[in-house]
Amino acid sequence: MLALTGRMTVKRLRGWGLLAAPGILFLLVLFGWPLADMAILSLTTPSPSNYAVFAESPVYLDAYVTTFVVALVTTGACLLLGYPYAYLMHTGGRTLALILGFFVLLPFWSSILVRTFAWSVWLQDTGIVNTTLLDAGVIDRPLPLIRNALGTTIGMTHVLLPFMVLSLYAGMRRIDPNLTRAAMSLGASPLTAFRRIFLPLSMAGIYAGSLIVLVISLGFYLTPAVLGDPGKPLIGQLIVEQVTGQLNFGVGGALGVVLLVATLAVVWAGTWLVDLRSVMGYEE
Amino acid sequence: MNRFPWKGGLHSVVALIAIFLLLPTLVVIPLSFTEGTLLRWPPRGFSLRWYEILLTDQALRDATLKSLEVGFFTAVAATAIGTSTALGLTRGRFRGRQLTSSLVLSPIVVPTVITAIGTYFVFVRLGIVGTTAGLVLAHTVLALPLVIVSVTNSLRSFDRNLELAAASLGAGPLTTFFRVTLPLIAPGVAASALFAFITSWDEIVVALFITDPVVRTLPVVIFNQVRSGVDPTVAAAATLLILVTVIALGVALLARRRTMT
Repeated sequence: MLALTGRMTVKRLRGWGLLAAPGILFLLVLFGWPLADMAILSLTTPSPSNYAVFAESPVYLDAYVTTFVVALVTTGACLLLGYPYAYLMHTGGRTLALILGFFVLLPFWSSILVRTFAWSVWLQDTGIVNTTLLDAGVIDRPLPLIRNALGTTIGMTHVLLPFMVLSLYAGMRRIDPNLTRAAMSLGASPLTAFRRIFLPLSMAGIYAGSLIVLVISLGFYLTPAVLGDPGKPLIGQLIVEQVTGQLNFGVGGALGVVLLVATLAVVWAGTWLVDLRSVMGYEE
Repeated sequence: MNRFPWKGGLHSVVALIAIFLLLPTLVVIPLSFTEGTLLRWPPRGFSLRWYEILLTDQALRDATLKSLEVGFFTAVAATAIGTSTALGLTRGRFRGRQLTSSLVLSPIVVPTVITAIGTYFVFVRLGIVGTTAGLVLAHTVLALPLVIVSVTNSLRSFDRNLELAAASLGAGPLTTFFRVTLPLIAPGVAASALFAFITSWDEIVVALFITDPVVRTLPVVIFNQVRSGVDPTVAAAATLLILVTVIALGVALLARRRTMT
């Protein structure tokens, strides 16, 4: 009987694997094929010369540099704002964790478009910030808060901060609270216990959050299109412009392939520091 | 509780960050009730005229219905395929299972712009740009990883012995699944269906490429209006987007909480 159950279990497990087939097939056709098609078009429409745009005009390389700089600054800003937030969520007790968690999830799940549009209401020359400051007599000319890198960075930080907080919080929850307690009972000051015990242990969350924010910000299109400097587009905007504006699928595809390779390189580098499965949200 | 001397400072800093997270978005709500014709702060008076336009304007109404339709079918497709995939990847034993379970999440890390143009190229070949089915397929790609992660986590969080007990008492694999496994993961599955719906409901970048002037989703219509001089109807439409998301999120969180307790 026992042996029979054992054999049945093995058979059953083999069968379970087949359930993954529809999803894998679906993604191969509707995700794999599009990426492959983009790569093929970049080489064949009309020829690999599409990649020569990098040599012909500095616009494209500049856009990659701007994109990486904005992405790094956004990641830094998210970390700076996200760490204290996640820390209080972790240490502040159940009720506070619930409230702060809701405040994070609400923007996390609300439309990027609405949030970007709302920021333009705040930041434009006749927006809330400038009108308030002008009326208060603090400034006599509107501050340039929009249509520049500042506007893009504010908007992107706002969109990506929830990703950072959720990653940091998940990382902090894995830390054994007894460790900081032990340090303090052995005479460490709270600050020392934080600096020597908690902070190093929360590095996994820091890496995970930074990786996901950096990777997502590399592909931003909407926020820079609405809040950014039209004269200094990010690479996402140039790709869209090539494909929908110029109808130049070849060059658009080539720019896309380079961005894809750059993104995957960042992800690959990130896997040295952090387990990718936890970055994607799988729990242990 | 007050072990840290700087705890009071921490509370104030976090309060400011919470305001940064919440407040900017909420500004569209008062703006949607303005009497003025300009999208200007502060709003003047109180009127529902922009909601009236939202409900009577043919293009906006069509787009809202289209968004609901696409979101619904995306939720159904992504939940069915995603739950099946999560089961296969969690319970199955085959070579490359670990790698596959990471690869199925790759739509999360591939920049959406790239997914969008690739999908557009393929849809042009297939002639399905500007179709509801095309939108559902493309949005299902984006929602699928979220469903897989969420269902995988529910599958891992419950006691496998319950299934083994059912099996050892003579239940077949199918009976075990429908009588034991599915009821246990049902809240997680329901939550991921709602997350899939929200993903589609809010999606804009892919939709910009594969919609046409006839078949458009609400975010696409709003985006076009934002770019070409806006009136407060946009704020009303944006408020509608927020409202639907808040409701879906609330229901999803309730479903999730029931799994945890």
